[in-house]
Amino acid sequence: MKIKKIQEEITEEFGMFDDWTQRYEHMIDLGRSLPLIEEQYKLDENLIKGCQSKVWVHAEMEDGKLVFTADSDAIITKGIIAILVRVLSDQKPQDIIDADMEFIDKIGLKEHLSPTRANGLVNMIKQLKLYAIAYQTQLN
Amino acid sequence: MIESTLDIQTLRKDFPILQREVNGQALVYLDNAATSQTPRQVIKTITDYYERYNANIHRGAHTLAQEATEAYEEARKRIQSHFNARHSHEIIFTSGTTHSINLVTHGFQSILKAGDEVLVSAMEHHSNIVPAQILCEKTGATLKVIPMNHNGELILEDYKKSLNANTKLVFFNHVSNALGTVNPVKKMVFLAHEAGAAVVVDGAQAAPHMSIDVQELDADFYTASAHKMCGPTGIGMLYGKESWLQKLPPYQGGGEMISEVTFEKTTYADLPHKFEAGTPNICGGIAFGAAITYLEDIGMDLIAGYENELLEYANEKLMDVPGMHIYGPSANKTSVISFNIEGIHPYDLGTLLDKMGIAVRTGHHCAQPIMDFYEIPGTVRVSFSFYNTLEEVDMLASGVSRAVKMLT
Repeated sequence: MKIKKIQEEITEEFGMFDDWTQRYEHMIDLGRSLPLIEEQYKLDENLIKGCQSKVWVHAEMEDGKLVFTADSDAIITKGIIAILVRVLSDQKPQDIIDADMEFIDKIGLKEHLSPTRANGLVNMIKQLKLYAIAYQTQLN
Repeated sequence: MIESTLDIQTLRKDFPILQREVNGQALVYLDNAATSQTPRQVIKTITDYYERYNANIHRGAHTLAQEATEAYEEARKRIQSHFNARHSHEIIFTSGTTHSINLVTHGFQSILKAGDEVLVSAMEHHSNIVPAQILCEKTGATLKVIPMNHNGELILEDYKKSLNANTKLVFFNHVSNALGTVNPVKKMVFLAHEAGAAVVVDGAQAAPHMSIDVQELDADFYTASAHKMCGPTGIGMLYGKESWLQKLPPYQGGGEMISEVTFEKTTYADLPHKFEAGTPNICGGIAFGAAITYLEDIGMDLIAGYENELLEYANEKLMDVPGMHIYGPSANKTSVISFNIEGIHPYDLGTLLDKMGIAVRTGHHCAQPIMDFYEIPGTVRVSFSFYNTLEEVDMLASGVSRAVKMLT
């Protein structure tokens, strides 16, 4: 599925909720479906900087597409990275680089977009895109 | 009950910010150890300054400059009397506690030498640890740590053993910012002086909550930040005994701190101006004075008594939450509770509490060595001020329970 399409799907899911409690509960649920990073990759070098909680991300190329796995020691952060992985995983590196992530605003997580926010959503997006740039450079 | 004596509801009306909503909920502000809120009286002092007598001090002959100078020096006297310093020139205006500490450590660079020892407590804020480390790197002195126990108290027996003829400088906080522990300052200062060491006490977390008498404590240096005492940010003070302040070299060069300047030689101004280079935070200094007056009008002893009541009530309510672990449950502490709930990341809890309008701090609280000591990534810290209510404690406790339900 195209990135845009997945974003629309997620926006629609979150649109069903009318208060923050339900949105956060859904996000916590999404965290449970996150494709988990293998233990061997849970290394300090795979940690995303700028987060109060730990977030590990690993990327691998499969048939020209970049597949992400991740984990976090905090449940909400795990939900956030799960949303990002659902949108950006299994996509071509160039599409990941080009992806517009403004949908975060629409699903009521705008407060997490602030660069001053300690969970580092901005850093997570940056890190996933950096992986894509690295693999795209190899392809070129 | 002390609450009725203090009339918290009337006091709360002094704080415009307490009327606002956060995420659609009435704000419950429990991050007072990070910064306190500002009463109208202090805000009015700030606007008055800019509307009526904004001018540079100690220089101009005109009326505005005179008025500003008088107000600034009057504030210094108010701070002197509040902390019971012997002289007003023993109060140096700084940008806050971090600046105060750095002023002292910079001065000691020309006093310490290799082989000397500097002691720092295990429960320090990074703003005490890092300047002490830099001081040791520059001078070749050795940094030693005063250890703490699981109750979050410094181990005095070990402290006594660490003190020796080589100990030149001892750093510790009056109250731990991460745990709220009140350290036995007077006793620790006495022991350091017996060994011939000077003592720097970081009073940032103590000054908002109790009366401080620097002469009684006998500390050589004592620091405070206005923004934790209902004053503005960017202003604080360093108290130093006259003899020490005369011994230390200036921290920064510039205007105000000089007596005479030629290209051959500059002579420095007398205390306190020797340490106040450049145009200072004039408005901040005056507002700091106003904040002190505000606190004194309420009464530091009433504040301490009421905050202790809040602490005890919050302890009781939070202990009812299953899996609750409170760090540093020392018998002698200010109104700070640092906690975790088993299996829950402090960051998750803090995020959900914020959604409920409850402001708390999560993380390592700039005291990573304490987190390493307890082997945790961080804690949730709630810190009360006299304008918090027992109802807000109830809201915190039910908010925590609600968040725990969502997270498990």
